[in-house]
Amino acid sequence: MKIRDLCNLVNGTVLCGEQHLDSVVEYAFASDLMSDVLTVKTSEFILITGLANLQAIRTAEMSDTPFLLICRGKEVSEEMLDLASDNEILIISSSFSMFKCAGVLYSAGLKPIY
Amino acid sequence: MNLEFKVEGGDFTLAGNASSQIKKMLKQLNIDPKIVKRVVIALYEAEVNIVAHAYRGIITAEIDPQGVRLKLEDEGPGIPDIEKAMTPGFSTASEQVREMGFGAGMGLPNISENADDFRIESEVGKGTTLYINYNF
Repeated sequence: MKIRDLCNLVNGTVLCGEQHLDSVVEYAFASDLMSDVLTVKTSEFILITGLANLQAIRTAEMSDTPFLLICRGKEVSEEMLDLASDNEILIISSSFSMFKCAGVLYSAGLKPIY
Repeated sequence: MNLEFKVEGGDFTLAGNASSQIKKMLKQLNIDPKIVKRVVIALYEAEVNIVAHAYRGIITAEIDPQGVRLKLEDEGPGIPDIEKAMTPGFSTASEQVREMGFGAGMGLPNISENADDFRIESEVGKGTTLYINYNF
């Protein structure tokens, strides 16, 4: 799925990392528990989370995934945007709940890792 | 090559900074991305552990053609029962740590799974040292 299409499906706003809009992502993992995200062996998935803090960005960085979707319109701080930009990580913000984001994207063909 | 970083306990804004620097260095050295990922996952979990549980710590990374050797030495409360601490799901983390997306008792098991060789030494009331090694 193209990131641009994914963003439209969740009625999202791209906060940084616009250079990834034409990239393609096949898998997603949704969690607020960063330790669980760090057990994922696949790279290049989109991380769907309601956790809006620096550790969500760090976890994406360490997991080698450049795509992050933050749900429920949680506030993304300047520090988070700076860290994401430094690491070329895309952040999409959606007002949808994590359940709705995951449901919409799963129905549209994005695959689960497990 | 030897790298050294200081880590402050309780400072979640900087948690991951050392891991990020070491990751960039490993990538620059053209090390197999699969190994880099295993190194940084273990390292980041261990760095978060210092921030979450200790007062301060020092991370050293030795990188040479044979492999990567990480040492994370902290001054902190220490671990009274290492076997228990290694049990998946066991955690003594604070509410603040849990709000950061950690503290579910997955850190040490995940470090162990991502390491070629992993060893913990700890003294209650003094601190904990983790040795995490990789062979190329």
